[in-house]
Amino acid sequence: MATDTVHEIENEIGMEELWDGGDSPFRSEYGKLMMWYFLLSDAFTFAGFLIAYGSLRFSMDAWPIPDHVFSTAPFGIEGAPLIFVTFMTFVLIVSSVTVLRAVQEGKLENVHGVVKWMFLTIIGGGMFLGCQAWEWTNLIVAEGVTIYNNPFSSALDNGEYITLAEAKKLNPNLEEKTMMISIHTDAGHGEEALPYLYDAANDQKYFEKFDHHYFTRHEGKATETLVQSKKKNTFEIGDPYLIAYHDGEYFPGAYKTAGTLLVEEMGPTAFGTLFFFITGFHGFHVLSGLIILLVIALNSWSGFYRVRNNGHLMVEKVGLYWHFVDLVWVFVFLAFYLL
Amino acid sequence: MGHSHGLSVEDQRKEDIKIGVKGFWILLIVTFAEVGIALFLKDILPDAVVRLSMITLSLYKAYYIVSIFMHLGAEVGGMATTVIFPMTLLIWGVIAFLWEGDYARQNRNYVKDARPGAEAPAKEVSKKTSMLSNDELSRELSFQ
Repeated sequence: MATDTVHEIENEIGMEELWDGGDSPFRSEYGKLMMWYFLLSDAFTFAGFLIAYGSLRFSMDAWPIPDHVFSTAPFGIEGAPLIFVTFMTFVLIVSSVTVLRAVQEGKLENVHGVVKWMFLTIIGGGMFLGCQAWEWTNLIVAEGVTIYNNPFSSALDNGEYITLAEAKKLNPNLEEKTMMISIHTDAGHGEEALPYLYDAANDQKYFEKFDHHYFTRHEGKATETLVQSKKKNTFEIGDPYLIAYHDGEYFPGAYKTAGTLLVEEMGPTAFGTLFFFITGFHGFHVLSGLIILLVIALNSWSGFYRVRNNGHLMVEKVGLYWHFVDLVWVFVFLAFYLL
Repeated sequence: MGHSHGLSVEDQRKEDIKIGVKGFWILLIVTFAEVGIALFLKDILPDAVVRLSMITLSLYKAYYIVSIFMHLGAEVGGMATTVIFPMTLLIWGVIAFLWEGDYARQNRNYVKDARPGAEAPAKEVSKKTSMLSNDELSRELSFQ
């Protein structure tokens, strides 16, 4: 560098030489401009998906409550709504700031700074993908949400959860039965008899309402313990509920509305489909962003962009892409986890 | 390249770090505010207020990322317009498709019987009961 002033560097970039038609209207390099228009088209793709999500959600009477669905985190943390996804968002914000620093150092032609901040960004992006992998695994394996199934929903009717004894009073024809289910706890593996009422005429089983966390959280204590420990055993429209899921099987819970015994239904299938598709598409952007970041960082390390002497424009372009990934997450976070 | 002119590299770096740190705190605090509303204020405030404040905060985050981090605010006005203006189409998109979704919900099971003297269809209560009259329902559930 001849002098230490940025003004001198800007003269060295020689933007006028790239533009042959007089005064450049946008004063922007071709590739950077095209990156902006690619991001514009990508924004419309994501907007299309999220609008489809909103439209389907508006067309359903019931929709899962995010605070209830996303309430687990690694290391056995349960009942902690939104904590894990807040951490994921934090990681993405940090990686957005580190890529900003890389772009800024690129403008100062500081190769060492660019490479350092880009590798920190790659670590952040990798952490985010790792978190998402855990979240997906947990939703599919532990909670039973797939693109075909969604045990989460919110109640349709004003109703009251009832015990098996109350259900028996409502309909004396129901038979009292038990089912052996396998339980995995920290203490080990065991079997537990789960009581239910059987409606022979309709081949319908009625269970007391509990959620799958019962199996891991309550370490094999009887079902009634959980039901009694719950102070609030009525639910209203909008309350979360979960149909019990264990070992690939769903157990309908029983509730009462207007004097009749009803079974809780599964939530809208579209929830799982949209969640995996849209977060998956975002995750794919993160993955491809990581690959591009790696390539650009290695190029930068080799001094390739320093020779070009144009303020590391390629780093600025990949920086735009990475900020866009963070920008999309703002709306994915809003749609799936907050609203 | 829209940085302040005439600064030495060291001064420019100090300015850059300031921008990064400020952006980090703004995005973090707004995100925490959103999660705080979701966790603690959902039960207290009316639903519309909660949702609107979440959407507003998210839009602010989006504006901040695009304008400051992606530097669009410092680009030539005409260039920024070519990116922002097409996005206004989404205002229509969101309203139209949410409207349509809501219409579908309200009319999901509404089939009108046009024969003379036919009863008005039963009002939908839930998925389970929507296709059944109360008599049929208790029969199906084998009550009494």
